[in-house]
Amino acid sequence: MNIHIPTPLRAYTDGKETVAIPGATISAVFTQLTTTYPELRQHLFTPEGKLRSFVNVYLNDDDIRYLPAKEDSPVADSDELTIIPSIAGGC
Amino acid sequence: MLTIQYADYEALRAHGEETYPNECCGVLLGKSNGVEGNTVHQIVRAGNTRTDSAHNRYNIAPQELVKIQRQARNLGLDIVGFYHSHPDHPAQWSPTDFAEAHWLGCSYVITAVEKGKAAITNSFLLLGITEDDKNFHDEAIEIEIAEAASTQKGQE
Repeated sequence: MNIHIPTPLRAYTDGKETVAIPGATISAVFTQLTTTYPELRQHLFTPEGKLRSFVNVYLNDDDIRYLPAKEDSPVADSDELTIIPSIAGGC
Repeated sequence: MLTIQYADYEALRAHGEETYPNECCGVLLGKSNGVEGNTVHQIVRAGNTRTDSAHNRYNIAPQELVKIQRQARNLGLDIVGFYHSHPDHPAQWSPTDFAEAHWLGCSYVITAVEKGKAAITNSFLLLGITEDDKNFHDEAIEIEIAEAASTQKGQE
């Protein structure tokens, strides 16, 4: 499946905006993604292996945190995963 | 340095006036030129989901960001920064802005809106390798006007 990488993290995917990673579930795809691009791991996950709180991941148009099976959700080659850090602030 | 067309610069400032006394927010699409900085080719207005405290907080819904990133991809552009306004507050990044800044290498543009009128606009480049060593760096804004270009910092 295709994974879309946000601008700040492309330094760790050889500058690629989109990478194709195989896997049967979101979790399996993440494992393969961080095996192929190991420097991504610390930016996406805490040392305990949890997705960082400010990192949003969308399976097509759905936030994976709200999927019934979350990271264990099955995926197809035609699905798209988008990694998008949060943007917020204020005075 | 952040390079932006005059029309886009004025549009993001006008957005802050329109939403006053609440904060506006949006996304800068363009290209990163490495050490030369980010160049804006298009700005995209976004909604502020912090309706509970919109006068001093902003948040762009991740779902909207996904759509904007898709839009950028289709245009051959990247997300190179963000903008928001500080109603009746200086155009300087706040502790909240810093804590919530996660797009390393991107420009964060802040416009002070004083009594409904856009005043100073500043840009800050988020530098660093990780969350632990990130820092905001003052960034000049180059405003391109037709054939001529002028460099401004903190212009009203």
